[in-house]
Amino acid sequence: MKNNRQLSVCHVQTDLLIIGGGTAGCWAAMKLGEEKDIRVLIAEKANISRSGCLAAGVNALNAYISKGHVPQDYVEYARCDAQEIVRDDLLLSLSERLNDVTQELEKLGLVILKDENGDYVTRGWRNVKINGENIKPLIASAARRGQNVSVLNHVNITDLKTCEEDGRKRVCGAVGFSVNEEKAYDIDAGAVLIATGGAAGLYRPNNPGFSRHKMWYPPFNTGAGYAMGIRAGAEMTTFENRFIALRCKDTIAPTGTIAQGAGAKQVNALGQVYETKYGLTTPERIYGTVEENRAGRGPCYLATAGISEDQEEDLYKAYLNMAPSQTLKWLESGRGPSGQNVEVEGTEPYIVGGHTASGFWVDTKRKTTIDGLYAAGDAAGGAPQKYVTGALAEGEIAAQSIAEALREYKAAGTGDRAKSPDRDQAGAFIRKMQEHLDRPAGVLNWEQLETAMQKVMDEYAGGIRTDYRYNEKRLLKVQEEITRLQGLADQLPAADMFDLLHVYEVKERLTVCRTLIAHMLARKETRWHTFGENADHPEQSPEGLVYVNSRMEDGRITIIKRPLVKGGSYEHKD
Amino acid sequence: MSIRIDDEKCIGCGACTDVCPGSLLALGEGGKAYIRIPSDCWGCCSCLKQCPAQAIELFLGADIGGGGARMSFERKDGLYEWTVHFPGGDKKTITVDPQRSNKY
Repeated sequence: MKNNRQLSVCHVQTDLLIIGGGTAGCWAAMKLGEEKDIRVLIAEKANISRSGCLAAGVNALNAYISKGHVPQDYVEYARCDAQEIVRDDLLLSLSERLNDVTQELEKLGLVILKDENGDYVTRGWRNVKINGENIKPLIASAARRGQNVSVLNHVNITDLKTCEEDGRKRVCGAVGFSVNEEKAYDIDAGAVLIATGGAAGLYRPNNPGFSRHKMWYPPFNTGAGYAMGIRAGAEMTTFENRFIALRCKDTIAPTGTIAQGAGAKQVNALGQVYETKYGLTTPERIYGTVEENRAGRGPCYLATAGISEDQEEDLYKAYLNMAPSQTLKWLESGRGPSGQNVEVEGTEPYIVGGHTASGFWVDTKRKTTIDGLYAAGDAAGGAPQKYVTGALAEGEIAAQSIAEALREYKAAGTGDRAKSPDRDQAGAFIRKMQEHLDRPAGVLNWEQLETAMQKVMDEYAGGIRTDYRYNEKRLLKVQEEITRLQGLADQLPAADMFDLLHVYEVKERLTVCRTLIAHMLARKETRWHTFGENADHPEQSPEGLVYVNSRMEDGRITIIKRPLVKGGSYEHKD
Repeated sequence: MSIRIDDEKCIGCGACTDVCPGSLLALGEGGKAYIRIPSDCWGCCSCLKQCPAQAIELFLGADIGGGGARMSFERKDGLYEWTVHFPGGDKKTITVDPQRSNKY
């Protein structure tokens, strides 16, 4: 049956379009709220009040430079965790701003624990303790304050518009659609900031049934920004450094609060502390758990049994402020963490630039390889362990670079960047949306394709099923399968706008999967246990001390290996 | 992991449909909110906090240990009250002060 949903087209003009009103996007908008001559538009597929990673809250700020330490220490910490594959310039520039953004958060109303001298109480040397339940609404309100800032909630951006300028490709806006109404958006912009976060839902999740979305990273972060950048020909970096989190079993709630906060050790089923055997870096904590399970010594736990009742009560509250399902689980089972150890497991792999180094290849100013296009937060690569405050710092750096670039352009008298010409390009993108809506229902739908994608990624691209291991033969097989699914996804029907959202989300994820597989094939070593466990090449190789980057042209992915960038700053040259 | 919306309590204001980070909630034919895909809920509780009528409760799917209990959220005198409603009718409330930092 053919439906009669006809998209109307809404034209919008702005100086800067921010795609994604999460952590980095809202912060960038807030910063530009002080630049009255720059029109800023946030396009957000949900509502900036609670969208993105911070929806439920967060328990601590994990990137902060405490007394006695300097920003360079943070760079070295991240470099060590990532086995050298980081960008010094990116890490240092964000580390220098971590404490300033923390203070600004406090001014916005974030509750931060202080000692009797008024100093922040730290957990280790780089975390501060907070009540982060309302962190996202605070940041969103601050973003809305600027009179030059507008917000388009419930609008899902799908494609970037590009034009040729002085023989170079330039981004001149984007196209998307309303999640609620039959309305397409054609947005002209002088510059675009990608702040869409990373990608979840590529692999079969821990709880593949009813609780399929009970995962670590927001299931609504589908890698849309990566996908539109890949399709526009932007260079991507280090996708093969997948992130896998160590989490409380079933609820996939954070473990750091128990491990670092309550001092619980990782123990196996025999009660042996195994964390010291494998090491305490982020990948090693997961690797140890995987290896203990493989050796038949699972399940693995955080040893909380025996903590005091007060500690237990504090943990209940701490989890209500960031992951309420864990508190519900403890109460419902009738035994809290003082009465039983908390079982832990590794999650399915994610692509997320705020934890590992995957994302857009950017220069020090956070400009991508395409003119007019910038990236920040989980969307930007090269700077792992940026977490919340690092994402804010990057939003700020990108905002400043964009303001500078837009002003220079205006001063040069080149005219109003926002008047971009190419309506045909937007029309072609919108026709594709319309085709999905016009297509009669068949036997396939987005949900089947999502399940199929997650299944083959799990089986052949190093998911939970294979203890995160993969080899070249498996990767070649999954590459073929993902390409087949992409063909099917182009032909999917969409019954309404909510359905259309899911059709685009599965297409985005498939695009991200293809680039991810190309990266995994290119890194012929095991640089990181678990995150990149290459069974053909189980050791590190000296040849692996490079960035594995990629660019898609005419549907083909080209791998570019770049030498490590040390110190200073970095500009795109080729 | 998902939520349950009580039709009796729902006033059809649309606050939850506006805030859900997954755009999962919608107003149905009777003007009452419902979750379009229950298995796609992340469990973030944004809708519980936004609902002015306390019509929404969180529950754990049986696949992650759920046994029928529900958890509600209410603001009272500047404090947050989270109450677990057990299937037998028992209740347990934990009160959180939003002005106090986590200790961990």
